[in-house]
Amino acid sequence: MSAVTHPKQPAALPVGLLAAVQCIFVRDLRLALRRRADSLSAMLFFVMVVSLFPLGVGPEPGLLRSMAPGVVWVAALLSSMLSLSRLFADDHQDGTLEQLLLGAHPLAFLVLGKIAAHWIGSGLMLTLIAPLLALQFDLAADACGVLVLSLLLGTPVLSLIGAIGAALTVGLRGGSVLLSLLVLPLAVPVLVFGAGAVQAYQAGLGFSAHFSLLGAGLLVSLVAAPWVVAAGLRIALE
Amino acid sequence: MQLGAVNWFYFAAPQRFYRLAGQLLPWCFVLASLLAVWGLYIGLWLAPTDAQQGEAYRIIFVHVPVAWMSMVVYLAMAGWAGVGLVFNSRLASMMACALAPTGALMTFLALWTGALWGKPTWGAWWVWDARLTSELVLLFLYIGFMSLHAAIDDPRRADRAAGLLALVGVVNVPIIYFSVKWWNTLHQGASVSLTKSPSMASTMLLGMLVMALACWAYCIAAALLRVRSIIVEREAHTAWVQDLARSA
Repeated sequence: MSAVTHPKQPAALPVGLLAAVQCIFVRDLRLALRRRADSLSAMLFFVMVVSLFPLGVGPEPGLLRSMAPGVVWVAALLSSMLSLSRLFADDHQDGTLEQLLLGAHPLAFLVLGKIAAHWIGSGLMLTLIAPLLALQFDLAADACGVLVLSLLLGTPVLSLIGAIGAALTVGLRGGSVLLSLLVLPLAVPVLVFGAGAVQAYQAGLGFSAHFSLLGAGLLVSLVAAPWVVAAGLRIALE
Repeated sequence: MQLGAVNWFYFAAPQRFYRLAGQLLPWCFVLASLLAVWGLYIGLWLAPTDAQQGEAYRIIFVHVPVAWMSMVVYLAMAGWAGVGLVFNSRLASMMACALAPTGALMTFLALWTGALWGKPTWGAWWVWDARLTSELVLLFLYIGFMSLHAAIDDPRRADRAAGLLALVGVVNVPIIYFSVKWWNTLHQGASVSLTKSPSMASTMLLGMLVMALACWAYCIAAALLRVRSIIVEREAHTAWVQDLARSA
């Protein structure tokens, strides 16, 4: 169609890439705010899993103190799995995902906006309530600080890696169980270095090596994961 | 095509590859059996008793080759999956699919024989050591690949999705390989190295290499056997498979 036959039609508004990413990001945040129950149930799951450990292994403070980083990290990993299956599922059902695929902007960047919004709804919230749980395990205040920092560095990696699994399992029967099966092995290094940083601090060793590795993981996954997610979504929707 | 250039895609047609695999198959199995008998003879009879570990070390002749193969098969699987994704060739994806169960078996055997070796020497079936843990993660990656493939009904979509997952999982292979170097762990360092002279008797080394070749031959044979089944299953609608079924 040429402009001559439709003189009143305005020229297509060139939405910049950043504006598009921002748009997706704000939209997903707004959706998460409107469906607060989803994020809240993942938070509640996190709190419950952590509270189960003292009941299971006994309330001995020394044992709990040494277990705390690992327990909080494992619970954070599991609870971030819960919300992952919804990352693309709703958009897949109502056709938004197909529109994103057809759009002029590279899918990887749009996906990055979605992942960032997802992280704020899950990873960041987990990080914010983690110190409260760590206090229940009698973790020292400075160790709590290290735990929060390690979660702050590590949970975005979980969202990024998790998005790969979410893209590959979108629209599948029993997708959420499969998603955990695919993502958990890949998330193992994050768990090891995240919990390891706090344990190293508790043992009086430096935690900078663990933080460097977590940071490196974050950078690599930040660069690579969105492209893999985009490829996965294309496979899922072809 | 250029004159004299090799047609790399000649065997990419499932029909041609089916025949080629059928011809290679018996040779691979015979080679695997002969090498295994020879390797086990060297390992169990000829090789001297180890000064530190006594007779228990002899499981090395199975443990090390299968552990090598667990990583090599993963790389091969990811490589075929990558070729399948890039060139959109069905056969490459079928090869990746055919390699996965063999790789999972090798990984399981590596863990199992490692446990059998660990009990007499370390006093424990399992320790949470970097190499053992990363090998376990490799087993999970194989299982994830197979489950994802099984969960998707359309075989072509399944090929691509699982292939992408296999490529992502490749990051684990160097972690396993270098884990004994990067972390100071209970698992002993590499016994065989390309850069320095081996830390073991030459008979032991020979036995291990022969067993490694036997494992290579076995894995190739198993993958070819499986890929033939996959080809027949997926190409069941084609005329040549129906002819095959009628003549059989």
